[in-house]
Amino acid sequence: MLNEQEAKKLIDKIISYSKADEIIVNVTGGRSGNIRYARNTVSTNGETDNLAVSITSVFGKRSGTANGNELDDASLKRTVLRSEEVARLAPENSEYLPALGPQQYGKSLTFSDATANVDPSFRVDAVLASLQECIAKKITAAGFLEDTTGFVAIGNNRGLFGYNKATSGEFTVTARTADERGSGYGVQAFTDASKLDTKGITTIAINKAVASKETKEVKPEKLTVILEPQAANDLLSLLINAMDARTADEGRSYFGKRGEGNRIGSTLFNEKVNIISDPLNADNPASPFAPDGSPRQKTTWIENGVLKALPYSRFWAKQKGVDALPAPAGIIMQGTDQSLDDLIKGTDKGILVTRFWYIRAVDPQTLVYTGLTRDGTFYIENGAIKHAIKNFRFNESPATMLANLEALGKPVRIGNNMIPPMKIRDFNFTSLSDAV
Amino acid sequence: MTAMGVGALAIPDYLFSRPVDASQLLTNGMDTGAKKALADAALNEAKRSGATYADVRIGRYLTQALAAREARIQNISNNESYGVGIRVIVNGTWGFAATNEVTKEAIVKCAGRAVALAKANSKLQKEPVKLAPQKGLGERSWKTPIKVNAFSIPVKEKVDLLLKVNSEAMKAGATFITSNLFFVNEQKYFASTDGSYIDQDIHRLWPNFSVTVVDKKTGKFKTRDALSAPMGMGYEYLTPKASEKVPGPLGLILYRYAYDMVEDAVQAAKQATEKHTAKSVLSGEYDLVLDPNHLGLTIHESVGHPLELDRVLGYEANYAGTSFATLDKWKTGKFNFGSKIVNIVADRKQPYFLNTVGYDDEGVPAKEWDLVKNGILVNYQATRDQVHMLGQKESHGCSHADNWGNVQFQRMPNVSLRPGTQKLSVDDMIKGVEKGIYILGRGSYSIDQQRYNFQFGGQVFYEIQNGKITGMLDDVAYQSNTQHFWNSCVQICDESDYRSFGTFFDGKGQPGQVSAVSHGCCTSKFTKINVLNTNSAKPA
Repeated sequence: MLNEQEAKKLIDKIISYSKADEIIVNVTGGRSGNIRYARNTVSTNGETDNLAVSITSVFGKRSGTANGNELDDASLKRTVLRSEEVARLAPENSEYLPALGPQQYGKSLTFSDATANVDPSFRVDAVLASLQECIAKKITAAGFLEDTTGFVAIGNNRGLFGYNKATSGEFTVTARTADERGSGYGVQAFTDASKLDTKGITTIAINKAVASKETKEVKPEKLTVILEPQAANDLLSLLINAMDARTADEGRSYFGKRGEGNRIGSTLFNEKVNIISDPLNADNPASPFAPDGSPRQKTTWIENGVLKALPYSRFWAKQKGVDALPAPAGIIMQGTDQSLDDLIKGTDKGILVTRFWYIRAVDPQTLVYTGLTRDGTFYIENGAIKHAIKNFRFNESPATMLANLEALGKPVRIGNNMIPPMKIRDFNFTSLSDAV
Repeated sequence: MTAMGVGALAIPDYLFSRPVDASQLLTNGMDTGAKKALADAALNEAKRSGATYADVRIGRYLTQALAAREARIQNISNNESYGVGIRVIVNGTWGFAATNEVTKEAIVKCAGRAVALAKANSKLQKEPVKLAPQKGLGERSWKTPIKVNAFSIPVKEKVDLLLKVNSEAMKAGATFITSNLFFVNEQKYFASTDGSYIDQDIHRLWPNFSVTVVDKKTGKFKTRDALSAPMGMGYEYLTPKASEKVPGPLGLILYRYAYDMVEDAVQAAKQATEKHTAKSVLSGEYDLVLDPNHLGLTIHESVGHPLELDRVLGYEANYAGTSFATLDKWKTGKFNFGSKIVNIVADRKQPYFLNTVGYDDEGVPAKEWDLVKNGILVNYQATRDQVHMLGQKESHGCSHADNWGNVQFQRMPNVSLRPGTQKLSVDDMIKGVEKGIYILGRGSYSIDQQRYNFQFGGQVFYEIQNGKITGMLDDVAYQSNTQHFWNSCVQICDESDYRSFGTFFDGKGQPGQVSAVSHGCCTSKFTKINVLNTNSAKPA
């Protein structure tokens, strides 16, 4: 783990070895630790330290990249030479653009000392808190805790320099009843490990498992659903990933306009849909710069259901005469103050979905995906959960989902996104699954 | 779970990977004597610190990847990843640590770290690890039987191939095309406290492309991906051979153990164009005639994964899921997984297949064994620390790690459907279908966490009516239940049609690892399978 000054010194040294027209250096490093458990006992575990440099050399429009993790002077010189050799071998890239010059970045919020100080005993204690809950309730648990503390630095011979240190982690647990008839899931993503509550998350999973033991069948058809934030994120993130100006302009994306161009400015979704990204948001902070050094700024992607922006690569932005816009590193979907329970109370008939599983594209044009519900699916009637139901397969598009949005709850962090629970009408379930 | 497809166009990001010049990819690195000395240092330190078992993997992982889009090469990378992973058992608990510093001092320190982790985690241990015995094998070696080392072929030749593939596809009507070549060479050295010292040199390659045809009038686009298979072969796979081409219905050309990438790209451009005017399928029950390049994925998802013993036992419950094929069903000896003609074999020795090795990553020699015999479930896929739970005394040799920096665990071997015993061609099979669909290539695929309910698409679909193919179909996916589906298997072509399907990127585990695996089969017929129209759910 290098601090900002150490990273800058290393990058400057590498640049001094270059004979290329242009040299771009990325330095990354940190530590990642994990512990995995199943059948109420520890299974695999590990801890990895890493410090690596990635060097891109450019001659004209020919570029080559070399990566290394040996940081003595001789090895660094060899890595620079290798990147120059690859660059000379490469054909000209007609889309190559000169590297960025100096940039201004916002002050990052991505680092937490508590996470940086996590050690093996912290992980053991965190898992023990989860296991004790399960053993007391005669539940079988499988779970995974991973934490990462690292940094990214970028610099080039045109004066660009950026440094960001970050911590992150995620805990997931699947609780299953002893008779294998009920299964429940809990998840918590974090930047600050002091906020990690493995016992609380495990309790949620246990309660879902116990409540899922007795299931009934509901006929698969278009039904109103309440998607918990994890389920909502499972589908919404696919729509966000499909957002790209170039593929839209080329006519091979949901966001493409018939004939040519893209759908920026079009009303695509329900007016309640508002999605932004903000790297400086304390709840889901992100690096203030993209991998190529472009500054990340607060951006409105969808406003009142209208598509306001798509990511533009530097090349495509130049072609189209617009500003480049990096893809978001985490999104925030605006919600309300309503709790999940409030959404349930406001529902006459519907299905509560904990999460989705094995989601795969069926039609890239319409963004129709297929997948299944998993680890806690319930029938809602007259504002209350009535009983658990068998899992469904769906064939549905996240674009349709946002068009059919009826209500939103309070956003929570899922992965690096802030996602509210969503109430959606006419969600397309197509078959039943026997899986628990 | 599988990552197949999701990461299909990205080479795995090997830990600490660093590009090297092409000439370096032909060297064999450290000699086995030096590796043995380093391994012994680690094993001795582990034993001294309290380990009852230890193994060491010194791995040099070489990859080369080329990517092209239309007339432009997007990326060429030569990467090397070198390091050591050490696994120990202390107090009946696994511990694992890895380092990219391949020196005696660093390796001894790494062994101590693995022991320390095992000791810390033994506080949570409720089921002490019990290893099936494996006799020490002394010094052994094995190499993929390649004819031409892909790393010896100049980059220019590979660049020229991709640009030719792209230009011919564009001439044939493609609006866009991306094409890729992936080459892998794993130089793996394994040593254990059992007394095995195993040196292996494993080669794989994967040519791939995706063609897109856009119709500006309708605003629609259609794609067709390559019908290649990734193979455990050398560059000889990329030299077209008439004897390895399998003529399909309607002039289709299919491939066995040599691939004509240019020819298939032209075929793909024409088929993607034809998809724009293809009839949208009517939902309902159809007989399905499934080509090996398609059926291989169905085997992977509905047979390979549910018979992984770690899933059956619950070790993957938090991620990939568990399995419908539970031990109580297996113990009856009567669980009819499929119809009587369904015979499914696991085989880590099969020539040209991706998961073929001499020894697994815990020193167990490669084997072949039945999973489903005459339709009955007879066995699973297991590692040394699992097989005792089946009451068996010998590991199946299914341990694998995707890198020196990741711990080995149970992974899928090559799992294949045995050919039909009666002489039967694809044409004759189609003649016997009244209302059906012939499906080729790997499309969308999804299956639940216990492997009951699945939905699969494909690359190309043809309607069969009264024994004849009547035209192309679009928007096809079939949905079924694993046991129902395999019990609906009524015909399997003979061995002359046997071909392979595979992937580099079968995903499993937390943190996630990839694995390369092949599935062999012949064209097979399944009756009365539910087909849906995938275009029925339209967005705003």
